[in-house]
Amino acid sequence: MRYLLRRIGGALLVLVLAFTAAYVLLAALPGDAVLARYGNPDLGLTADQLAEIRAAYGADRSAIVQYLDTAVSFLRGDLGYSVQSGAAVSALLAEALPSTLTLAALGLLVALVLAVLIAFTATHGSLRGGRPTAWLRSALRGLPPLMVSLPVFWIGIMLIQVFSFQLGLVPVLNAGPVQSLILPVATLAIPIAAPLAQVLIRSIDEVSAQPFVAVARSRGASAWWLLWRTVARNALLPALTMAGLLFGELVGGAVVTEAVFGRMGVGQLTAQAVAARDTPVLMAVVVLSTVVFVLVNLIVDLLYPVLDARLRRTDATGPARTGATSSAPVAPASPEPAERSEVTAR
Amino acid sequence: MSPAHHHAPTAPLLEVAGLRVAYRTRRGHVEAVRGVDLAVARGGVTAVVGESGSGKSSAAQAVIGLLADNGAVTGGTIALTGTDGRRQELVGLPERDWRQLRGTRIGLIPQDPTSSLDPVRTIGASVADPLRIHGWRDRDRIDARVLELLERVGLDDPAARARQYPHELSGGMRQRVLIAAALALEPELLIADEPTSALDVTVQATVLDLIDELREATGAGVLLITHDLAVAADRADTLVVMRAGRVEESGPTGQVLAAPSADYTRTLLADAPSLRRVVERAPRLSSTDETPLVTVHGLRQEFAGRGGRTPFVAVEDLSFEIPRGTTHALVGESGSGKTTTGRAIAGFRVPTAGSILVDGTEVTQLGGKRLREFRSTVQLVHQNPFGSLDPRQSIAQILEEPLRNTRRGSRAERRSAALHHLELVSLPPEVASRRPRELSGGQRQRVAIARALILQPDVVVLDEAVSALDVTVQAQILRLLASLQDELGLTYVFISHDLAVVRQVADTVSVLRRGVQVESGAVERVLEDPRHDYTRQLLAAIPGSGGTRPGDPGIDHEELTAS
Repeated sequence: MRYLLRRIGGALLVLVLAFTAAYVLLAALPGDAVLARYGNPDLGLTADQLAEIRAAYGADRSAIVQYLDTAVSFLRGDLGYSVQSGAAVSALLAEALPSTLTLAALGLLVALVLAVLIAFTATHGSLRGGRPTAWLRSALRGLPPLMVSLPVFWIGIMLIQVFSFQLGLVPVLNAGPVQSLILPVATLAIPIAAPLAQVLIRSIDEVSAQPFVAVARSRGASAWWLLWRTVARNALLPALTMAGLLFGELVGGAVVTEAVFGRMGVGQLTAQAVAARDTPVLMAVVVLSTVVFVLVNLIVDLLYPVLDARLRRTDATGPARTGATSSAPVAPASPEPAERSEVTAR
Repeated sequence: MSPAHHHAPTAPLLEVAGLRVAYRTRRGHVEAVRGVDLAVARGGVTAVVGESGSGKSSAAQAVIGLLADNGAVTGGTIALTGTDGRRQELVGLPERDWRQLRGTRIGLIPQDPTSSLDPVRTIGASVADPLRIHGWRDRDRIDARVLELLERVGLDDPAARARQYPHELSGGMRQRVLIAAALALEPELLIADEPTSALDVTVQATVLDLIDELREATGAGVLLITHDLAVAADRADTLVVMRAGRVEESGPTGQVLAAPSADYTRTLLADAPSLRRVVERAPRLSSTDETPLVTVHGLRQEFAGRGGRTPFVAVEDLSFEIPRGTTHALVGESGSGKTTTGRAIAGFRVPTAGSILVDGTEVTQLGGKRLREFRSTVQLVHQNPFGSLDPRQSIAQILEEPLRNTRRGSRAERRSAALHHLELVSLPPEVASRRPRELSGGQRQRVAIARALILQPDVVVLDEAVSALDVTVQAQILRLLASLQDELGLTYVFISHDLAVVRQVADTVSVLRRGVQVESGAVERVLEDPRHDYTRQLLAAIPGSGGTRPGDPGIDHEELTAS
């Protein structure tokens, strides 16, 4: 329970800090949105009129008051209005979100499937030792480092070039809703799948070398049994951490992907807002992605104790553990409880 | 499946003939097993004894078909004969057939109980594994069988244990769980690969008793792999002594021990501390009237409890004196506080209360520069010679490091000191340019001892310094330590769980149990005439002493107090 509260508290703190940092950074930019939109001499507005507009937007108050005001209205769910178009930011987001969510969710899904597929095949027991499969194994193991080093925009451009223009498989213009998703999803999935696969391969290798895997084999387990029942759950933890962190990649990747493929979405919205210095929209996008990022990582944190009993730090553990831990360095593979039981066992 | 032959019902359960195992390595093929013959009778125990690298584990792995990926059986036969007299050849068996054999007819009790259970699954799930793998589907039936098995191996409250995770159990209890899983489908052959070498002596005795008892009850044959001749002597009816992949000697246990025909068996027997005297040293208690070099008085070490709980007391009111040039042993099982005490004497931890005087210096009051200077007076040698040497430095650099740290001597002087100390621990000078990984375990421990001696300390704390070594190497190191003590007049604090070794090298001893000193005094007095029950229990647990099998209830009562 305390673990839960601590994690949630930590997540809230990150949110507040991220909001503040974003606000300070945007406020520090030279000029403001009022100037960017109404400062154009063609509009012929006088300095007085500009000041009036400022007052109407509340932009003439002190920085602290503005900050608090923004914070309070964000808490109430009021994201303000776009300086550029005057539309409610929440409406703009609601319009852009579904398309981006589809892209991101599909991208993540494809990335997961790809990573698991590569990792499981590259480490599968039946590929070990056999000469004919050795090359396949090393090829698969070499794939993730290659994929990791490719930038998103380059993958996007290459995919369009090859599949649309040269092979003509997927139309770029007038594509159906499904067709228009294929290339963007692939572009987004590849750089996310790569580090995931790398971490998975590594942790599967590590877990497979553990004595308890050999013991499971000695009970008659098949290669599939070992992979699913014994190795997978142990190897999942590091990959889970990685997946949480990669969510940031997903957000950044969506901006670039939408720009490259000319899709409407939060990414496109962000790009336009940056160009127009549309602070309320930028603020909303930053806060939205922070909330999602923090939430995803909170879920990951809360999943650890579910997946690994050793991380369930209940108050039931005896005081002996602390003693044993501080007196002897503890092997990473078997956390301190092992020491504890040694002590209390006697 | 190989054709079935009908043999006389007297055919042994397992018959291995001319077995050869080779590993593919970068340096080409390495033969680990070079023609081994052995047999396990139904209901009998055959022990394969040998040191690390003798090929005994490879032979056992070949019998259950679980050689490492780069290993293969290159010759010989392994035949398993069922109760119906059907003889099955295991060499060359397809993997699919192997899987049907493992767990059902051949069970494995692994070496290291701490890492042999899946940490993220419950005890119950691990024990149920063999049942599920071999096609059991009915959940209620599986659960019932798991509880029955856990009860069978002497765990209290099986239902609660089945829901616990491995880290909540002690090492001995985990080994019981693994035995339960190995027995789930009542295999005819049990392979026990060093089943107790990771356990404390008293736990070792109870676990071996359990295996014996279950063997008698189920009529299974046991192939026991061990480095400990004394364990084999106690438990096996047939002994196979292996060295460098070959069988040096085999036969009925009594016969091999009474009249060993191979030189190697004689060496093993001579070096086994629990069977023979391996170190010749004169007792050094003549000068009892002079002030002792080390005086520990009322030592107490607490570790803060987490979240306001009562602190854990690792050492409680410990007092002893060590005259110069003698050896004081701290004996106890894991968690008894012996390492904590050793570290306090070396000045690595300020105790909660009590005083430690070394050569007139109050160690507990030292700090900063004085503490750094004091470190040359007391040196530590650790248990694990693989972890205590920096793999990136050459041996000469490792030996010179303490001198560099204390700014002693010129570069040339340091180098000559390093070479001198290599000679002192009987290592050739060529070793100086090598890296730790090029040395054997025994050689590394010699380097660690040389490094401790290079600062010319008065006291050396040996923390389980010989526990990880093979018996013959252990005996060599013990002899080396004794001769260094003679030559340099060193004072040792010898930390060990092994009373058999302590008997060989110590003058005085403190027996610790959960941080409390239950008994102390001259070694002869304590071991010949133990006054505390715990000391008696430790003595009885030494394998080879003959007193290991009283009609006990089958389980150490204290092992069960772990929750």
